[in-house]
Amino acid sequence: MKDYEIVIGLEAHVQLLTQSKVFCGCSTKFGLAPNSSTCPVCLGLPGALPVLNEKAFLHAIKTALALKCRIQDIIKFDRKNYYYPDLPKNFQISQYDKPLAYNGYLEIEHNNAKKKIRITRVHLEEDAGKLMHDPGKGLSYIDFNRTGIPLLEIVSEPDMRSPDEGSAYLQDLKSILQYLKVSDCNMEEGSLRCDANISVRPKGEGSLGVKAELKNMNSFKAVRDALSYEAERQVELLRKGESVVQETRLWNERKGITELMRTKEETHDYRYFPEPDLVPLTVDKKEIEKIKRSLPELPQAKKKRFTALYGLGKYDAGVLTRDMEISNFFEETIKLFDKPKKIANWLSGDIASILNERKTTIGETRFKPAHLAELLELIRAEEISGKIAKEILPEIFRLGISPKEIVRSKGLKQIKDAGELTSVIDDVLRENKKSIDDYKKGKKNALIFLVGQVMRKTKGRANPKIVNEILKKRLDDGG
Amino acid sequence: MPNKKTIDEKTVKHVARLSRINLSKEEVSLYQRQLADILGYINKLNELDTKDTLPTSHPLGNLKNVFRKDTVKKSLSAEDVLKNAPARKDDFFKVPKIIE
Ligand SMILES: [Zn+2]
Repeated sequence: MKDYEIVIGLEAHVQLLTQSKVFCGCSTKFGLAPNSSTCPVCLGLPGALPVLNEKAFLHAIKTALALKCRIQDIIKFDRKNYYYPDLPKNFQISQYDKPLAYNGYLEIEHNNAKKKIRITRVHLEEDAGKLMHDPGKGLSYIDFNRTGIPLLEIVSEPDMRSPDEGSAYLQDLKSILQYLKVSDCNMEEGSLRCDANISVRPKGEGSLGVKAELKNMNSFKAVRDALSYEAERQVELLRKGESVVQETRLWNERKGITELMRTKEETHDYRYFPEPDLVPLTVDKKEIEKIKRSLPELPQAKKKRFTALYGLGKYDAGVLTRDMEISNFFEETIKLFDKPKKIANWLSGDIASILNERKTTIGETRFKPAHLAELLELIRAEEISGKIAKEILPEIFRLGISPKEIVRSKGLKQIKDAGELTSVIDDVLRENKKSIDDYKKGKKNALIFLVGQVMRKTKGRANPKIVNEILKKRLDDGG
Repeated sequence: MPNKKTIDEKTVKHVARLSRINLSKEEVSLYQRQLADILGYINKLNELDTKDTLPTSHPLGNLKNVFRKDTVKKSLSAEDVLKNAPARKDDFFKVPKIIE
């Protein structure tokens, strides 16, 4: 593997966030009853005429500009002709020789190095229907609800050199799309899909190797795993003196391998021609400038600002800004509790785990910035320990009530009163004579053990600092 | 005068296959001539000097930027949609399997 270089280009299909389809008024809602969201336009019934959804177009232009692309002077649509049961019109409205935008780039940061991944083209098209196969009966079933949902195809140049770079590119692309609010990028629901072109070549070789096209990767992990597997497969072929065949391969998640997709004997011949039912589009320079100015702060700029303004490390800033909701939550919390690093730790630690576990986003939960600020304030004021804070966190998420309230109702307030602690300490010393001896023999660990025992007896409520002080004094005095 | 030129058999069969049309032997030779006629006629356009003419991607050259607002309209009922289906299963269109 070390003697070879991997070359990767990615093609992302992004479902744009609209209420209605790209050329008709049918709903884009996910999970509707089969074939309940179609009309003469998206079914391609004779005489029906498509009209472009303005929102989908604006989303596309915004994305193109955020990816530093040039917008085409005259934008037009084309028909891509092919026969497949998921395509009721027998052609897909897409863009061929004049994509909406071209020549852009996305700067990724990987292993602390910045790298520009060039974007070849960005174009708008319609999605196809959904097929379900019943191989046992030799039948397929079709739901056309997805037909005509707006898709943005974003094609990169083969600029990535490792599966990790590929995954970093996709992650950054997803962040940008979410910041722009043009897609929810839900890979499981298929609103972000990704195909890859991958080839390998001996290090130092100038020309590209024969590439394979990979499909069916439905998560970031799948993308990374599929690319790693395929790179190794190709290197192995070359090592054995065999050659890579240009073909389309499917990622088999269960087996963890890529498999040859049945090739059609006839190569694709899409016979593109201009879509006569849609008129051309132009966006004048002024309008482009206006949209550019309206773009929100994007992840990279925000990351930079977070390091400069809040003194966060690159890693923390990166984790926080990858997700727009999290970055907003962070800034809202800062307004109430001015300790950026503490907030960052909680957001990327315990809070991230809870969100992961529940497969949800922070905006969808009942946990609010005021809750986190209050929780951190309770710790700072030594009202509760960090451990108790972690313990009540899931409850705040679940109930959406204030941490103070939970601490009060459950009696979790830290015990700082020396008198109250003394009786517990007495018990612990009585029960652990051996540790006292150990301590006196110079085993300092015995003290830590005794503090632990007090913490246990008070269910974590004792203030460990005060316990430590009292215990030390008692042991030292006693000796 | 009809153009005597023909298109080769392979090309006609390829085009027919792309359009999912079955052609008889006679039809293939008929279309070899007829398609050549059409292409010959189209080629005539190439004789025109279009140096100063912008490509026409649409016949309504002056009509641009026609949009609809992003609002949901009523769709057809699945029942109506499936009236056109040669075969159905529940509310799905049913077709012969298309992958292995
Ligand atoms: Zn429709």
